[in-house]
Amino acid sequence: MAGEGRGAATGDGAGPPAPERVLFPPTFSVSEIKNKQRRHFMFLRWKQQQRKEKLALKKKRRKEREALGDKAPPKAVPKTIENQRVYDETTVDPNDEEVAFDEATDEFAPYFNRQTVPKILITTSDRPRGRTVRFCEQLATVIPNSHVYYRRGLALKRIIPQCIARDFTDLIVINEDRKIPNGLVLSHLPDGPTAHFRMSSVRLRKEIKRKGKEPTEHVPEVILNNFTTRLGHSIGRMFAALFPHDPQFIGRQVATFHNQRDYIFFRFHRYIFKSEKKVGIQELGPRFTLKLRSLQKGTFDSKYGEYEWIHKRREMDTSRRRFHL
Amino acid sequence: RCYLYMKTIERAAFPRRLWERVLLSKNYEKALEEIDENLIYWPRFIRHKCKQRFTKITQYLIRIRKLTLKRQRKLVPLRRKIERRENRREEKALIAAQLDNAIEKELLERLKQDTYGDIYNFPIHAFDKALQQQDAESESESDAEREEDDDDEDVDKREFVEAEDSELSDFEDMDKLETSSEEEQEEEEEVDKKASHSKSKGKTPLKGPARRKRPYIEIEYEEETEPSTKTKAA
Repeated sequence: MAGEGRGAATGDGAGPPAPERVLFPPTFSVSEIKNKQRRHFMFLRWKQQQRKEKLALKKKRRKEREALGDKAPPKAVPKTIENQRVYDETTVDPNDEEVAFDEATDEFAPYFNRQTVPKILITTSDRPRGRTVRFCEQLATVIPNSHVYYRRGLALKRIIPQCIARDFTDLIVINEDRKIPNGLVLSHLPDGPTAHFRMSSVRLRKEIKRKGKEPTEHVPEVILNNFTTRLGHSIGRMFAALFPHDPQFIGRQVATFHNQRDYIFFRFHRYIFKSEKKVGIQELGPRFTLKLRSLQKGTFDSKYGEYEWIHKRREMDTSRRRFHL
Repeated sequence: RCYLYMKTIERAAFPRRLWERVLLSKNYEKALEEIDENLIYWPRFIRHKCKQRFTKITQYLIRIRKLTLKRQRKLVPLRRKIERRENRREEKALIAAQLDNAIEKELLERLKQDTYGDIYNFPIHAFDKALQQQDAESESESDAEREEDDDDEDVDKREFVEAEDSELSDFEDMDKLETSSEEEQEEEEEVDKKASHSKSKGKTPLKGPARRKRPYIEIEYEEETEPSTKTKAA
């Protein structure tokens, strides 16, 4: 083959300098050379040539664009995963009445009508280790009106009626594994939905760089980003129901739940408006990311509960552009 | 229930008949006596060890029965490939999210929509702009009146009346939507339409006529649009 002949002639030893223009005949394939060194060399040359061509193409395009000036067609929008996202039919339309009606009558209606004040109970699984304990404490400072209780072997099903009796509105259980928290069960108490999340990348306050002082007792604001589908909406409302309704703007604190590709990032910041168009934020408080695993209709019940949504790996993880929240 | 197995050297040639089995009673002390009478001619040491073993076995059987009644920890195996995949995707999602920018944008939005009321001194600028715009676009008198009404209203009232029209996904303000009245809604609509000129240009004209047709309250949700500039994760 002509190509191989060239390879034999030039690709020896350390590799002589590549010529300016190498012509690869179309039938030549780099993978056909048996000798590894020569093959590698030819492959590098081929790569260089590809890069040169690409660069030349870019330059040409840019020149054309400049030449056209104002009449140039607008720049193409790069494709991102969010752009290419498979359209989910449960996406909520802002003007949807059915959704509005549903939300007016579901379990969070009393909260949004300001009839109930949230009271949260935070607990862990059995025998929490140091990290989890500290994380619980910090979470308690972030969420106003919350109490931490430790479990010494108490069954969840039995403490739930007790909680309802004592007027708690939400229950958070942080599951622990190998001394780090890795799961979160959030259930709205008076017979509300229960969501089970996988928690990852937990950072305590001391691990956050450039953090401010402790979060104060003021009620923070809540930001919920990117909860588009029906499922996302219910989860978003669940999170919103954790915080009291009237944020105290004096406190200048904001808790953010940002959903991106089915991962919910939680951050807690303090903000300050430097001018009208500029705001500075400083991160204080713990941070973690959640991924929804299941959503149950009633309170926590693993055997007899009615599941509204479970993450089924085989069915739901098939496409990289498909998200459910 | 425990069995006592005995082996005699005479039977060593017949493996099937090698072990002889005796069922011991459920009572612990009686079982010990039975062991004693069965192994009567055996050396003392072996008898003692046998009884020790029997004790241990009964104790752990008791413990098993007790534990199965309590809640047991269910171990779920991690799958390495899936774990790795999820971690990687989380990192990419984090990069794509650009959290700081998103939060800052949201806060500025809220500042513009005047959810903070009169705490900050900046809104004068935006207010003036809105004023000018309104004067330019529609008849001045009626709008000026409406503006004065806005001024005269309380901070709180103004908060919710304007907040309803804004693109809030913040559910803490949602109840304000529900409690606002129709009149104010329609009244404020126009003012806000022109005030929020920046981002919602494409949306507000639609909202106007749509709102007028339906008298009841509509709730708007915010959708974050991903800035299409730079994302590593594609």
